Amino acid sequence: MMTDLLITIVKILVVFGVYLTMVAYLSLVERRVSAFIQDRRGPNRVGPFGLLQPLADGLKFMFKEDLIPHYVNRPVYLLAPLVALVPAFITMAVIPFGNTLPLFGRDIPLVIANVNIGFLYIFALTSMGVYGVVLAGWSSNSKYSLIGGLRASAQMISYELSLGLAAVGVLIVAGSLRLPDIVAAQSGLRWNFWMQPLGFIIFLIAVFAETNRLPFDLPEAEPELVGGYHTEYSSMKFAMFFMAEYANMLTASAVVVSLYLGGWQVPYLEQAGLPPLLLSLAQVLAFVLKVGVMLFFFVWVRWTLPRFRYDQLMRLGWKITLPLAILNIFYSGYLVVAKWV
Amino acid sequence: MDLSFLFFYLFAAVAVGAALVVVLNRNILHCAMALVLMFFAIAALFLMLGAEFIAAVQVLVYAGAIMVLFLFVILLIQIDRVQMLRFAHRQSPLVVIIAVLLLAELLYMIIRGTLGIAPGGADAAAAGAASGSTEAFGALLYTTYLFPFEVASVLLLAAMIGAILLARLDKEEVGGVSRQDMS
Amino acid sequence: MISLQHYLALGAILFAIGVVGVLTRRNAILILMAIELMLNGVNITLIAFARHAGNLTGQIFVLFIITVAAAEAAVGLALVIALFRGRDTLNVDEIHLLKW
Repeated sequence: MMTDLLITIVKILVVFGVYLTMVAYLSLVERRVSAFIQDRRGPNRVGPFGLLQPLADGLKFMFKEDLIPHYVNRPVYLLAPLVALVPAFITMAVIPFGNTLPLFGRDIPLVIANVNIGFLYIFALTSMGVYGVVLAGWSSNSKYSLIGGLRASAQMISYELSLGLAAVGVLIVAGSLRLPDIVAAQSGLRWNFWMQPLGFIIFLIAVFAETNRLPFDLPEAEPELVGGYHTEYSSMKFAMFFMAEYANMLTASAVVVSLYLGGWQVPYLEQAGLPPLLLSLAQVLAFVLKVGVMLFFFVWVRWTLPRFRYDQLMRLGWKITLPLAILNIFYSGYLVVAKWV
Repeated sequence: MDLSFLFFYLFAAVAVGAALVVVLNRNILHCAMALVLMFFAIAALFLMLGAEFIAAVQVLVYAGAIMVLFLFVILLIQIDRVQMLRFAHRQSPLVVIIAVLLLAELLYMIIRGTLGIAPGGADAAAAGAASGSTEAFGALLYTTYLFPFEVASVLLLAAMIGAILLARLDKEEVGGVSRQDMS
Repeated sequence: MISLQHYLALGAILFAIGVVGVLTRRNAILILMAIELMLNGVNITLIAFARHAGNLTGQIFVLFIITVAAAEAAVGLALVIALFRGRDTLNVDEIHLLKW
């Protein structure tokens, strides 16, 4: 009992530490990759290859003056950055980042909480992310923020449907709501990425919309809305929104990897005859690498595609991805009935 | 044992407090946030009652979809323009009396009344929990309650069409002609 | 163990608060919110009974209630928007065209 508790605490600390570091370095990766795509150099002055840049950014954010405009609705204004940040963090609790780790004679499952409604837990929390944006938009009492918040709420409701329906296909095939089961069902080459390419594409589009990333970053759309919902925020509060964006991206990548890219599975690695400890660590490494590839994809898309117009966004969501997601459910049902999986 | 009492009273207090805020606060957005908090407290109580699936659906649908819709409308019609409506009402003293009477009656029934439902064996609940009550829930929903389930989908379709029709701007209305002939 | 009566009492309290809200608030959106409050009071009761009776039927009812609540919120808010467009108010006391 005590050791179980201890193991859980250690797992939480390790995951949280790695997660926060990745979030911090994601900002650097984004700037370096964008520089690479645009044939610039990017931040390379602080430390070797600019590796200490996130630290410098953090310090700068902390020392900036914390302005709270007098026209804001204070309690909500202060609450909004936290509401934006927390759901992305706690979603990680149900994502399996490896199989079991054989250590000290016991098999430690590499997931913080194996909840039997893990999948619904993720969706419930993802749908909470919108509150940070909407509350920030409303409480700032500024037209740019308000329009940002309005766009965020409409966008997120629209794309959550496609997100959920696309993922139903995965659930039908896996026959479980537990994330570890869903990953285990994708052993060998049976990644859902291959089995359900349509569902994967729809899910990916919806994920981009849910994380407010380009080409769907209309809630912040800097050319038209200054900064969108976070226009009136400064210092650490702005930094929290900034972190929330990257944290959401990281969580979303982990979810995509778990649902479609086989999670920690590496095809046929089990048959290579590695010692169990090494095998387990290799699988964790594979998971991290896959997440890294997804993150690179996020950044790549951002610096390649232009922003959608609002009506185009709505049309894409309701008239194209939603019907296709429903079609994908029929296809998944067919997969199961025809015993292809 | 004691811990579950603690949690029950904690979540119940949060739910009731938030509900009071919804009914009494004058700022509509604060009301909406209090309602979200209440949904969470109730979802926690559902978890305590062993209804994980319903708890997740509660958060997903109520807090994640319905309240976002409310917020969207609140932002859309810019409620500041619509004056924060006062609580007092000519009929409110009467309402409070009725509500208190209703509550007293309900509580009397709950405490004194006899339940028509026999407590099911703990084994049934335990069996449900062991097999993952979500699975048992799904099996029940798609067999015994299949017809109501299908009807619910028709209801949702009707609601969707109705909402679109009601909220749609007519072509001539955009021109600003029919404003006055509605009032 | 927390008894069934605890949950029933909580449900009753929430329902009563919801009744007060529906009958006293004058903002149409807030009336809709108070209805959600009442529905949640009912949901608690049903889930508590489901646990008490040891079967899942109560949970199924709650699922349907949530479905109906979603439909109700969508139509209700569409009505609110239509009203606001036409009358420029959300005060239900001023919306009395059909009152005699």
